[in-house]
Amino acid sequence: MMTETAPRPETDTATATATPRRRRTPQALKTAGTLLRFLMRQPPSAFGLVVLALLVGTAILAPVLATHDPYVQNLGETLLPPSGAHFFGTDELGRDVYSRLVHGSRITLTIIFLVTIVVGPIGLAVGTAAGYFGGKVDIVLMRVTDIFLSFPSLILSLAFVAALGPSLNNAIIAIALTAWPPIARLARAETLTFRKADYISAARLQGASPLRIIWRSIVPMCLPSVLIRLTLNMATVILTAAGLGFLGLGAQPPLPEWGAMIATGRRYMIDSWWLVTFPGLAILAVSLAFNLLGDGLRDALDPRQMHKR
Amino acid sequence: MLLDRRRTNALVGQGASILVTLFGLLILTFVIGRIMPNDPVRAIVGEDATREVYDRVYQQLGLGRPVWEQFLLYIRDVATLDFGTSVRTGQPVLTDILRVLPATIELATFAILFGALVGVPLGVLAAVNKDRWQDHVIRVFSLMGHSMPIFWTGMIGLLVFYAWLGWVGGSGRMDQFYIGLVPERTNFLLIDSLLARQWDVFASALNHILLPASLLGYSSSAYITRMTRSFMLDQINQEYITTARVKGLSTRQTIWRHAFGNIRVQLVTIVALAYGALLEGAVLIETVFAWPGFGSYLTANLLIGDMNAVMTCVLVVGVIFIALNVLSDILYRVFDPRTRA
Amino acid sequence: MTDPILDVADLSVRYPGATAPAVRNVSFTLGRERLGVVGESGSGKSTLGRALMRLMPAADITARRMQFEEVDLLAARERQMLKLRGRRMSMILQDPKFSLNPIRRCGDQIAEAYRTHFRCSKAQAHDKAVEMLDAVQIREPERVYRLYPHEVSGGMGQRVMIAMMLLTDPDLVIADEPTSALDVTVRLQVLRILDDLVREKGIGLIMISHDLNLVRNFCDRVLIMYAGRVVETLKARDLDRAQHPYTRGLLAAQPRIAGDRGDLPVLQRDPAWEQEARP
Repeated sequence: MMTETAPRPETDTATATATPRRRRTPQALKTAGTLLRFLMRQPPSAFGLVVLALLVGTAILAPVLATHDPYVQNLGETLLPPSGAHFFGTDELGRDVYSRLVHGSRITLTIIFLVTIVVGPIGLAVGTAAGYFGGKVDIVLMRVTDIFLSFPSLILSLAFVAALGPSLNNAIIAIALTAWPPIARLARAETLTFRKADYISAARLQGASPLRIIWRSIVPMCLPSVLIRLTLNMATVILTAAGLGFLGLGAQPPLPEWGAMIATGRRYMIDSWWLVTFPGLAILAVSLAFNLLGDGLRDALDPRQMHKR
Repeated sequence: MLLDRRRTNALVGQGASILVTLFGLLILTFVIGRIMPNDPVRAIVGEDATREVYDRVYQQLGLGRPVWEQFLLYIRDVATLDFGTSVRTGQPVLTDILRVLPATIELATFAILFGALVGVPLGVLAAVNKDRWQDHVIRVFSLMGHSMPIFWTGMIGLLVFYAWLGWVGGSGRMDQFYIGLVPERTNFLLIDSLLARQWDVFASALNHILLPASLLGYSSSAYITRMTRSFMLDQINQEYITTARVKGLSTRQTIWRHAFGNIRVQLVTIVALAYGALLEGAVLIETVFAWPGFGSYLTANLLIGDMNAVMTCVLVVGVIFIALNVLSDILYRVFDPRTRA
Repeated sequence: MTDPILDVADLSVRYPGATAPAVRNVSFTLGRERLGVVGESGSGKSTLGRALMRLMPAADITARRMQFEEVDLLAARERQMLKLRGRRMSMILQDPKFSLNPIRRCGDQIAEAYRTHFRCSKAQAHDKAVEMLDAVQIREPERVYRLYPHEVSGGMGQRVMIAMMLLTDPDLVIADEPTSALDVTVRLQVLRILDDLVREKGIGLIMISHDLNLVRNFCDRVLIMYAGRVVETLKARDLDRAQHPYTRGLLAAQPRIAGDRGDLPVLQRDPAWEQEARP
């Protein structure tokens, strides 16, 4: 992967700074294509891709796929077992579990999306800065990263949510605050490998500011591996979000978040198994999909580099 | 001589790095506990505290003073092990935590035993049969464990093995009518009941720990399996493995007598780290199983918003993590003849 | 040459996924003699050695005949191979830094070779190992027995390796570049020890090497391999009269201490060598 996208050192300084970026786009697309084909060939990662495609499809088509309004209560039809009218039964307020699950996919997707767009930039900024500047900057930034890494992510998220107050948005912020360190580590390692590259020195000699070099020349080079790494970590993010929801610290009722659905269903679990079973299976499917996909990506790319946390 | 000095330097460096991490930890908990909440006092005493209590805590935290002074006060409190009083129990937070911790350690220890006993052999099996069906089955099995929301698995486990099949005990550390029967000496129930020769309590405790510990262990075995596999693959391609085979050892003998010894050190490190990661799952599974441990204590305080107790819990977890890291470092030195020197 | 130890005809080895076989139609017989196998890296000489011991489960091995004494190596089951390996055929690997298990004591590794094939007590195996360490001229065998591989020098490590592999009195020993990882100063010493033991015990030796001089001095016969096939077989003392242009090229490319100081000739390759049948 690295060998495919790494630019060859350029002697012509004028084109050197711009070339990696401009030339990359079609090549990156081609790489993505080969990658996708590789992933579809292996049954496990193909399964992962299919489940994630289903998730996205469900989220987009939620209003069409849902058979009921996920919020409308029907106290005459509480705790009904699965049937033709209610595929996954109804909950304690007579809401259709299937429709709530379908709409819950939107929340899951929102979490994934928001965490990605927060964690990616933070991780990239910290990692590339540490790698590019080196020295004291590196020591301080990596020390901070290590401190964040010295907590299990759920515990740290719990603390953040406790401080910020329970809500879906705060849960997302908390997760993002705990998910960036591995990304920063990776971005730093990547940066170190081509900090000394000729085209970076060329840009520096031309008088480009560090910020510009990092943004135009280093960040694009880190991006593929960072995106892959984010995919790898997404299973943990899903589980943490569900855990927060379960503890009542994430999405608040009546939002149909899967973890929160399990928490409310818990009281009726013994008699109404469907209340906890289906949301749990949904969480399991999505996080398994990410894990299988991540495993496939690990195989497709350099297996050694990815084994580290 | 020279080597000795180098080792001392390394030790000093390591000690300094631990101190820096600890200090960072304090900054982090201080920021989360005192600066992020809108009203740190309310976050500690709760919504319905009286005026006097509010003012007393306000003074205690030094909230009128500059932030750095507040931080110094915080450091002083931590250094004197004064973490304040829990609103819920009225006890000092540290006393509370020390009381509930054994239950969690008991659970986590059983879980890691299970995780390692399952994870390590599976990892070896997967490595030996790389890319064959055994490898694929093991991969899916362990990824499943990694992908399950542990709180959900716990509920389903209770539903199936307790409510339907009746194979294991339900919630809690023992059956209801045994509670209070055993004098609390170590707070490790299995040890206490043995000390008191209360066999039926011991059996009940064992019966209760089985399900949550094995579920927790299963979820951590995923990581152990994957790492074991990758360590093993590194070893299998080494020349000394060829030597062992040339000597006429079978595959099994080669793996267990030669390769395994060489991954033992790395495995210990991994298991120590996995043990720390278990704490995360413990918070959730304790809630499901009403296990009166650290996780339950943490979540109970979270729900009433007692930031003092919560941040102390977070600090304790951080310290445990650092301790495990140091421990795995020490074990590394002990186990590897090359580092013994 | 009556009663050969090893009789190989048309042996080919192909690694999975490789386009061309690593070893192609190699035939030779081996008696109680020392046979050198010479070739450049990638010529298939190491693969040949490992194929003879059936150490490559993944590779595809074919041959018209592959007979080790009374055993048909092609048809032998793994169970049978386990009894053969380390007992009647063994192999000395290149670099003791990698070929000894880093976390087990040298002596224990030697003793294990004995205990794998003979029923005996730990103490007996220990004595055997010490005896053998003495035989490879290690001065304080009891002390060296207790050392870990990282605590011994390369030359000593290779003597430990030789001890391990010759302890069971095998009939065939394959030495795969036994001295190329060692310092020049101890190479000869280690070779002498190996040579003495091999002669004394009447062992058939296959010495795999890229070093023509070494092979010339320590072997009776030489196989020259190029691109997976044997291009020439010679008596060691006739090496100077080699016919094949590759062998001649190799000989010409050797530096000589007494020779002139001009540039050494570079081997000119001929694609035909890869196709040519063995003379």
